[in-house]
Amino acid sequence: MKVGVVTFPGSLDDRDAQRALRIAGATPFSLWHADTDLKKVDAVVLPGGFSYGDYLRCGAIARFAPIMETIITRANDGMPLLGICNGFQILCESHLLPGALVRNQELHFLCRDQRISIKNNETSWTRGYRANQEIVIPLKNGEGSFQCDDTVLEMLENENRIVARYVGRNPNGSRNKIAGITNERGNIVGLMPHPEHAVEELTGPGTDGLPFFTSLLMQAVNA
Amino acid sequence: MAKVVVDVSLKAEILDPQGQAIAAALPRLGFAAITSVRQGKSFEIDFEGPATPERLAEIEKAASLLLANPVIENFSVRVVE
Repeated sequence: MKVGVVTFPGSLDDRDAQRALRIAGATPFSLWHADTDLKKVDAVVLPGGFSYGDYLRCGAIARFAPIMETIITRANDGMPLLGICNGFQILCESHLLPGALVRNQELHFLCRDQRISIKNNETSWTRGYRANQEIVIPLKNGEGSFQCDDTVLEMLENENRIVARYVGRNPNGSRNKIAGITNERGNIVGLMPHPEHAVEELTGPGTDGLPFFTSLLMQAVNA
Repeated sequence: MAKVVVDVSLKAEILDPQGQAIAAALPRLGFAAITSVRQGKSFEIDFEGPATPERLAEIEKAASLLLANPVIENFSVRVVE
């Protein structure tokens, strides 16, 4: 399975996302923000980092990068799309996912291993987990507080669209401890913590992040 | 040449930790009567020709598309010269 990873100016975790995909058994493929062609990839990962220096709002300018138009069209047609950290911010700015990510409640940039609980294991990116499975993966962001109005929050809760919640103390003031959400169809997932940094014992807190990437391949086999 | 300003502010229900931090600092500097601060931003935009209704409609569109995120922010457009 060929999976594109987009590099924007200021992306940081594009190589780690490629590595995670390789370890999971997929074929990573590097995509450039200024391209419009997705080069026949089957899925796309928008990596973490500080695209366009986080100018204006995180993800606000990346959302209008040439490649995003094609990605938005394909994702609306069902292509699996995962946005991690800055990628999650881009998905919200693109209105592919509802809500927005704002400055952490206590203003600190957080960098730590974070325990989260997988609440929806039916998406393209989480079907390798058990429901309510707790995992530990790195969290590192300054603007990771998920905010939306009450109507959207109720919709996310009622439609089982909350993919993951923080366990224990709320690290950033996210509403209902939301760490990740999905769209109605379950092909688009936005996640604030970083599964791609937890795919090998040597370089992360463990390998709890790997199923995000192997889930994608399970779908390919079943399809 | 005309100049317009787009003011962008967070919606009332959106948490503003930066504003809260500023509000907490002001009483320490002696501004005791200040109870709340909400931080926003403004964009000064110059363009050729007069500020016609068409031109202002264009600015409104740019503001809702890029300058503000309507999910969490409100904006207003004013002509300054």
